[in-house]
Amino acid sequence: MSAVVRLSDVHKRFGAVTVLNGVSFEVGRGEVAAVIGQSGSGKSTALRCIDALERIEQGTIEVCGHAVHDPKLDRRALRCDVGIVFQSYNLFPHLTAEQNIMLAPTCVKSLSKADARTLARDVLARVGLAEKADHYPEQLSGGQQQRVAIARSLAMQPKLMLFDEVTSALDPQLTGEVLKVMEDLARGGMTMILVTHEMSFARKVASKIIYMHKGTVWETGPGAIIDAPQTLELRKFVGGEM
Amino acid sequence: MPTFTLVHLEYLSWAALWTIGLSVIAFIGGGILGFGVAMARIAPSRVLRTAAMVYIQLVQGTPLLILLFLIYFGVAILGFNQVPAILAASLGLTIYASGFLAEIWRGCIQSVPKTQWEAAECLALTRWQRMTRVILPQAIRIATPPTVGFMVQIVKNTSLASVVGFIELAQAGKIINTSIYEPFTIFVIVAIFYFLICFPLSTWSRSLERKLNVSGR
Repeated sequence: MSAVVRLSDVHKRFGAVTVLNGVSFEVGRGEVAAVIGQSGSGKSTALRCIDALERIEQGTIEVCGHAVHDPKLDRRALRCDVGIVFQSYNLFPHLTAEQNIMLAPTCVKSLSKADARTLARDVLARVGLAEKADHYPEQLSGGQQQRVAIARSLAMQPKLMLFDEVTSALDPQLTGEVLKVMEDLARGGMTMILVTHEMSFARKVASKIIYMHKGTVWETGPGAIIDAPQTLELRKFVGGEM
Repeated sequence: MPTFTLVHLEYLSWAALWTIGLSVIAFIGGGILGFGVAMARIAPSRVLRTAAMVYIQLVQGTPLLILLFLIYFGVAILGFNQVPAILAASLGLTIYASGFLAEIWRGCIQSVPKTQWEAAECLALTRWQRMTRVILPQAIRIATPPTVGFMVQIVKNTSLASVVGFIELAQAGKIINTSIYEPFTIFVIVAIFYFLICFPLSTWSRSLERKLNVSGR
């Protein structure tokens, strides 16, 4: 299986604090990787590095054929291949759900308004919000906003989707509706990397668990490692979480 | 001794129109120039940012009166014929307004959350698209009340254009005063004119501010 994402020996510091201390992992096409770990273990930073939102000091990152560590990286080309969804949704408040989704396809891919609208209706239907197309973000619940954000990313037809703690700001019921959308995506064959605290979801959906601890990949394996951790740290972490 | 008559009132009304006209010119000119400076102030290029900052500091640190003198007399020294009063006044007020509007607008643009920039960046929008499609529409809402508020300052400061011989409201008052010498009556009436121009603007600014706070968007 060809790797869509390959990190090797990635180092990242914020001032004097080393956040990533030699992170290496691979994610293959169609794989769903769940990155878990305590707050401050560097999992969100690792995800942001994959989308070139943070510059790394050392190591290499290859994503869909782009050398992300290269200073000459074409960021816009990378972002056409990679979609990212944030914890705080980050929808554009002055645009309706549909306009939020239409913006990038019309600006970046030069789609006509009509085609973009059809596309928007299509992806909104995929996240179960076809009837909310004309709503502004403030008129939607947190879970609905997050699903619109997922739809907005999907509209760019990315080869890889990144999810940065997308359910952390939601209550359990709203979390459920967002996780369902992500599960559908995973079943549809989307390559996904998710930073999450939802252990049961990770075990159910992820084909690969990446447990990060102190800025390194501490333990990695299939979903089953959550039930049978090899390291003391993961055992403690899973025990504390569940 | 003649007294204040309708003829004088008519003269003042005519001068008030010049005050309004000069304000409009200063606002439009200052707006265009100020927008450019605000963009430069947040540009990725350090040189542009510094240049814009120096410009803003210079304009904000120079009294408008001196700015007007510099333009009126300075251009003549450079070998050109004396600048017409309207041109000197318009140019001076345009520069003055641009220095302040640039800084007001920079603040408004930067008050749009960074996460909005990031979200737009992650959708592969160019810097210009991010600015025009995502950031500016949000910044304009924030910027409207302080901008309208600043228009009041522009209106009042057009009175300084009298020093280069431009006949606007304040200068018209002075001219009438030299003929009938009733300073109190005349300048109370001049003040009322200014108030009538400025009051609707301040009211508008306040109502915009209220609306913005209520909607929260």
